[in-house]
Amino acid sequence: MSNTDIIIHDEKDNVGVVVIEKITPDQDCNCWIMENDKSVSIQSKDEIPLGHKIAMIDLNEGDTILKYGHDIGKVVKSIKKGEHVHVHNVKTKKW
Amino acid sequence: MEIPKSFLGYKRENGRAGTRNHVIILPVDDISNACAEAVANNIKGTIALPHSYGRLQFGADLELHFRTMIGTGKNPNVAAVIVVGIEPKWTKRIVDAIATTGKPVEGFSIEGVGDIDTIAKVSKKAQEFSMWASEKQREECPMSDLWISVKCGESDTTSGLASNPTVGNLMDKLEPLGVHLCFGETSELTGAETVCEKRGKTPEAQAKFKKTWNDYNDFILKEATDDLSESQPTAGNIAGGLTTIEEKAFGNFQKIGGCQFIDVLEPAEEPTKGAGLYFMDTSSAAAECVTLQAAGGFNIHLFPTGQGNIIGNPIEPVIKLTANPLTAKTMSEHIDVDVSKILSREMNLSQAGDELIKSTLRVANGRLTCAEALGHKEFVMTKLYRSA
Repeated sequence: MSNTDIIIHDEKDNVGVVVIEKITPDQDCNCWIMENDKSVSIQSKDEIPLGHKIAMIDLNEGDTILKYGHDIGKVVKSIKKGEHVHVHNVKTKKW
Repeated sequence: MEIPKSFLGYKRENGRAGTRNHVIILPVDDISNACAEAVANNIKGTIALPHSYGRLQFGADLELHFRTMIGTGKNPNVAAVIVVGIEPKWTKRIVDAIATTGKPVEGFSIEGVGDIDTIAKVSKKAQEFSMWASEKQREECPMSDLWISVKCGESDTTSGLASNPTVGNLMDKLEPLGVHLCFGETSELTGAETVCEKRGKTPEAQAKFKKTWNDYNDFILKEATDDLSESQPTAGNIAGGLTTIEEKAFGNFQKIGGCQFIDVLEPAEEPTKGAGLYFMDTSSAAAECVTLQAAGGFNIHLFPTGQGNIIGNPIEPVIKLTANPLTAKTMSEHIDVDVSKILSREMNLSQAGDELIKSTLRVANGRLTCAEALGHKEFVMTKLYRSA
């Protein structure tokens, strides 16, 4: 089996988590959806370190980020598929 | 994997079963620690459980102290108990409550006697209890005699990714076998509290959870100098890739798999609604949380860690698992179960859950945990407010 670069918890999730040291721009990445044990692939746009998230689809301002199949925050700056998702473009809905 | 139907445990007088066979010397208060420790040093096969409190406490804080003391003594991992306190009244209250289990228990007080004569008297009784307990044999017990508590610590992204979901997978597989399960960490559920509330099996359980979390949140808002936005997630969490408090909370929440909780317990409260998952209102500090869960009667603990928490408990064996390959390597003496192969997809979640079930049963049958072999015996009372 080819190496896994990104893990996606739930089929509904619109982000995945990098599980290798880092992915580089334009890298073709193998993604594993844990919930149903399926594989998908994605091309990255940014350098993204281990443990950080990548957008699996284009996301607009106000969209909800889903991880573990749950709402973990809102998009505050639009994100393209393959870009790094973190505190610069996503915020909690709590405060 | 076909899940085993039984494990080898110690059957107790009240119908419960233990995974361990401890004889404990339980000090009621801080000033009785010296006596308890001297006795445990004299008599092999006994352990003292020193702690820092038990004087001039009052109200709900005192009740929690008693509940923790009594629950620790009643835990089926304990074969027999000696309670030592400075004065007889509080000592007797604890002895009488532990005695309802039918296990051997005796109390001694130090006032008017002094340490040295008390140590002599307690040692004689402790020798009798230790030799009595040493003849107890492990017997076949149904899986439903397992009461499993869970709590994670030193979490990182690998916790939410793999080690917490591994525990959730175990819960999903063991819940139908009639196992009692318990999760806690009220504070760490902040961000996932509305989703967690809906996991209550009944409207009563949901309402109880909501009240418990709201009470906690009100306390934080009253005591905190700012909201949690600056501290949750922590700078370290953010560096590791966690973006929001919700994301952190849902990582933690993976530990309960798809299970629903049937009731909400006070700290150290014993569940009374039968088999299934319970939520206990606890701190998220590791030793405080596990001490409360052990006092609730749980007899084996699963502890997923990312960066490598090293906690143990004197009476409830604590099994550590990690999915962080670096932690598994650099802190191998603390890690009972390595599930880091999930990240490289050499192992799926169900296989990891099966591995954890196997390891849990080995420990239930008597294999020492890493924390036990290393002598970790953290017994930490939860204090609700200052003493009078």
